[in-house]
Amino acid sequence: MNGIRGAQLVSALKSPNQAAQFTSSQWSALIACARAANLAGLLAERVRSAAIPMPADAARHLDAILQLGRRQTQSVLWEVHGLQRALAPLNIPVVLLKGAAYAVSGHPVSRGRLFGDIDILVPREVLGDVEIRLMVAGWMSAKSTPYDQRYYRTWMHELPPMVNVRRGTVLDVHHTILPLTSRHRPDARHIIEAAQALPGLPAIRVPRPEHLLIHSIVHLLHEGELHNGLRDLFDIDGLLRAGALETDFWPRVIDAAHTLDLTAPVFFGLHLVHQVIGSEIPAPALAALQPASGAQRPSRSLTWLYRQAVRPESEAAESLLATAARLAIYVRAHWLRMPPHLLACHLAHKSMMRLKKNEPAAEGRA
Amino acid sequence: MRIRSPFSAVSAHLETFYPDALASGRRAEPFTDFDIRIIRGAGLRRWLRPQAHFMLDHIDPFLPLPADQAAPLFEWGLNWCLASRPLGYLVMHGAVVASDGDALVMPGFPGAGKSTLCAALTFVEGWRLLSDELTILDPESDKLLPNPRPISLKNESIDIVARFPGVSLGPRYEDTRKGTISHAAPPAASRIAAAQHARCRWVVFPRFIASSPPFCDEISRAEAFARIAEQSFNRDRMGETGFRALCAMLDGAHCFDIGYDSTDAALTMVRDITGQ
Repeated sequence: MNGIRGAQLVSALKSPNQAAQFTSSQWSALIACARAANLAGLLAERVRSAAIPMPADAARHLDAILQLGRRQTQSVLWEVHGLQRALAPLNIPVVLLKGAAYAVSGHPVSRGRLFGDIDILVPREVLGDVEIRLMVAGWMSAKSTPYDQRYYRTWMHELPPMVNVRRGTVLDVHHTILPLTSRHRPDARHIIEAAQALPGLPAIRVPRPEHLLIHSIVHLLHEGELHNGLRDLFDIDGLLRAGALETDFWPRVIDAAHTLDLTAPVFFGLHLVHQVIGSEIPAPALAALQPASGAQRPSRSLTWLYRQAVRPESEAAESLLATAARLAIYVRAHWLRMPPHLLACHLAHKSMMRLKKNEPAAEGRA
Repeated sequence: MRIRSPFSAVSAHLETFYPDALASGRRAEPFTDFDIRIIRGAGLRRWLRPQAHFMLDHIDPFLPLPADQAAPLFEWGLNWCLASRPLGYLVMHGAVVASDGDALVMPGFPGAGKSTLCAALTFVEGWRLLSDELTILDPESDKLLPNPRPISLKNESIDIVARFPGVSLGPRYEDTRKGTISHAAPPAASRIAAAQHARCRWVVFPRFIASSPPFCDEISRAEAFARIAEQSFNRDRMGETGFRALCAMLDGAHCFDIGYDSTDAALTMVRDITGQ
């Protein structure tokens, strides 16, 4: 059985017609690779909409993944109605981010996309009220150690993840889009104020298309965890394709990147998505985002690191290069998130905790 | 399926219990539903206290087990694969046997004795084994899919089942997390008929209760629904499709609660219920 590499997966997703000639074993390799990249839903969506003929076994897997996606979308809608009920009395805008925003607004990116957590963004000054209302509605903080609580509350851009006690769903409550300690300090008020209302959900908002795009890029470049890296790039690709249907989309992206003080990551993110999956970015838009100082082109080594690191899990797990690239990006992301002294303390604390956790675990397993 | 392992116990297990699958798998270049590896642990532990890890693709979903349990680890792991990977089927915990196209489903509460009863129906009464562990329902046809794999027997039930006619047991694995376990090979007739789906006609919730008078109570479909739903691995992920499939499965079924203190008593009750 031949493996399918990440590059072939990207190519099959861009032009699903290629798969029409695939044998059964090629189909299973393609689906395995897509599954490892968390892109099986998108693959299913694309080969099904292009009406590509396939063996019954492949259809069974792909249709089951689409069915799971529909079920997840339904669950998210249910949770969002719950959030509407829980938070409406506060009379504040509750902005959905990422997967929940795509699903609830019926964005094309949501088609075939599987997701885990629900992310919301609320004004920082009402964070305390939001947390209490959510606790009353059955959401409990999942991080219990005092250090974790402090880490999130003092330094991060979100509360510690909250878990619904009945359904086990996870909610991330953000008050801005980057850690408070990071180099860039975007003011999330711009995103919240411009966000659009949804029919039947008066408290709930969805960010403007340019903000969805920018947030997706910033999330990919600052998160440091790249297990879903390729999926995130396909999100970005879908967001900019759908966004570009509005004629003033690119000027708005440029404006928003400047207003949020995020031109550098947006510039690099657009360059990356062009490099990895060939998304079309208008040259004037790239030029307008180019950092004024120094570098005319995006860093080649950083591009190379990301190209290695976003390979699907199946490949990355067996590649030293990908592992090293992921580590480098993890360190870089933390470097961007925190000033050096804080980073040193945080990493020291985390490794101490890991040592302590491992000792009894190793005993218990032996 | 693709299975790779350095453990000879795993290949012996496959040769004993899956002869047809091995033969057909070597011929074609087929679609791979599950790419499984049972591998050795890394590092010093490999020599001091050898362990077996179950891997599905690059995922390692379980804690490793001692190396001498590599074969049972494969069976548990494959159950997990069938229950967790989206395949479009509603998967529940329960034994299924059939006579012609009519299936008897026995949802499993741990320790209720369903594996022993399932083995008795298969070997003593001649029912066709669909599965002793997984009830797999196809929402497209509302039919149950066979998965005739070795019956997993625990502790005292091993000796009981060993006395049934035509039973061939594999090795005994001591000190597993479920106690001593052993596998009974499914009858050849059940393996050969693995492509024949069956419709659920009876649902029986078996309960072995030592020194208690036997009882058999017909229960409502609604009650059976609630109790089976608890035993489903993926009902939530299957959403409305799963809900409708389970309703459709029960539409044509009679449901019973039975209690017994001997396998013979249970078989008599099943005969009365099914007329078989």
